[in-house]
Amino acid sequence: MIDTLAILAIFSGLFFFFSGSIGLLRLPDLFSRLHALAKADNVGLALVALGVIMLEPDPLNDIKIAVIWLLVMAASAISSHLVARHALREIRDD
Amino acid sequence: MIELLWSIFDITLVLLLLALAWNTCSTRDVMRAVTLFIAMGLLLAIIWARLKAPDLALAEAVIGAGISGALLLSAIRDYPSTAMVSQRSTLIEGIINILTLALTILMSWAVWHGLNMSDGVRLSEQVISQLPVSGVSNPVTAVLLNFRAYDTLLELAVVLTAVLTVLTLNEKRAGYKVSSPLLQGMTRWLVPLLVVTSGYLLWVGAHAPGGAFQAGAMLAAAMILLQLAYPSRRQEFNNYLLKILLVIGIFTFVLVGLWMMSLNDDFLGFTPAWAGSLILIIETAATVSIATALTLAYLGGRPKGWEAGNHTDSKIAENGGAE
Amino acid sequence: MISEQLLYSLAGVGLFGIGLRATLLHHMLLLRLLALNVCGAGVFLIFIAIAYGGVEMIADPVPHALVLTGIVVAVSATAMALALGRRLQALNDE
Repeated sequence: MIDTLAILAIFSGLFFFFSGSIGLLRLPDLFSRLHALAKADNVGLALVALGVIMLEPDPLNDIKIAVIWLLVMAASAISSHLVARHALREIRDD
Repeated sequence: MIELLWSIFDITLVLLLLALAWNTCSTRDVMRAVTLFIAMGLLLAIIWARLKAPDLALAEAVIGAGISGALLLSAIRDYPSTAMVSQRSTLIEGIINILTLALTILMSWAVWHGLNMSDGVRLSEQVISQLPVSGVSNPVTAVLLNFRAYDTLLELAVVLTAVLTVLTLNEKRAGYKVSSPLLQGMTRWLVPLLVVTSGYLLWVGAHAPGGAFQAGAMLAAAMILLQLAYPSRRQEFNNYLLKILLVIGIFTFVLVGLWMMSLNDDFLGFTPAWAGSLILIIETAATVSIATALTLAYLGGRPKGWEAGNHTDSKIAENGGAE
Repeated sequence: MISEQLLYSLAGVGLFGIGLRATLLHHMLLLRLLALNVCGAGVFLIFIAIAYGGVEMIADPVPHALVLTGIVVAVSATAMALALGRRLQALNDE
């Protein structure tokens, strides 16, 4: 039962990653691509982490995986902000 | 079924790696090439993890993608943003293409032949059998710091030489502009976390994937992050402290080696009872050295007091080489 | 199917060939450095592929130690080459 839920979570996470990548390739502008990457990849990572947590027997490793997810979310948010800020500056300076 | 899925996974990884490498090498836009190179470094880290090399996955992610990426991104400023169209004749380019293709085919045949002809005897059997004597239980750390410790000593010397070159060649470069307050806010909690994780990697290298190089590079990454977040607060380093930190890794290593030579008549031949503690001492000093070296390699420029044209040098030059 | 050792070794040889071609064809130092690093990555891949023993057995640690040394030496050499390149550019601009 837990295994089926975990596999379902991981596959839906993969679907979100896939749609984020399609957004990266197909969307026209830098800002919309950043949007697709930051949002879709974060949800995808959350679902994959949830699936792995369900499969992992050791509770200490579960906490580590949750901390990894939080750190990746923070890093992705800040780096998207920095990229967008730099791009906005470049547009304004032109 | 499982075998088929693993094969599909492997083939996908390899195709992605080759596509990234081809695009990195054949693009003429410099920023794009560097970005694709960093992405290729991360993909290589995944491949190392798949090939059961977790120490290497850690090292590649921190050093190969992180530090190397920061170095390359900071060096883009020196070059024009697009490479010129090549002015070589098409004949020479064609010859180069054909020769490299021939070399690649020859090497593929050599690798295939070598894999088929190998008799399966590996050094790993000797390493695993000697592992209890080495003082650690991670085989890679045992090989790196006990069985082949001399190689690691020379590697630290290579890093020191490279950093000395970087420190003496160029003037100090003007930093980036003021950074975003969000980056500063994140750095406040991320840098302490990185320091603690680096200490953990150093400690755990004895019995799990980790070790001195990963820990040192993570410390260097924390320092680079500090430099990027607070560029206006960069102070001048104390010169003595700089020199001591750079040299302490090699110094400790050689000291331990000479001590072991006086005890066991064998340079760097650790007595098995003390091997674990000795390895930890050497690794700690090496971590500090590597962190300082990689941070200075990123920052670049001559520290204060190392300027070119020091008065002692010109005096020696005037006297024709004699003091 | 093809064994993992052979697959990844051939991928390493391919990486080496791609990097070598780009090193010889490019003019700009930075692009040649990137291509040399790709060559190095190919060599590391060949080492690790040969060290891989299968899902059950532990991997051969001696090539792993050699490649770890190689990664650190590669990044030091890249830093030194970049400093040399910057000095050359400054001298050419005078």
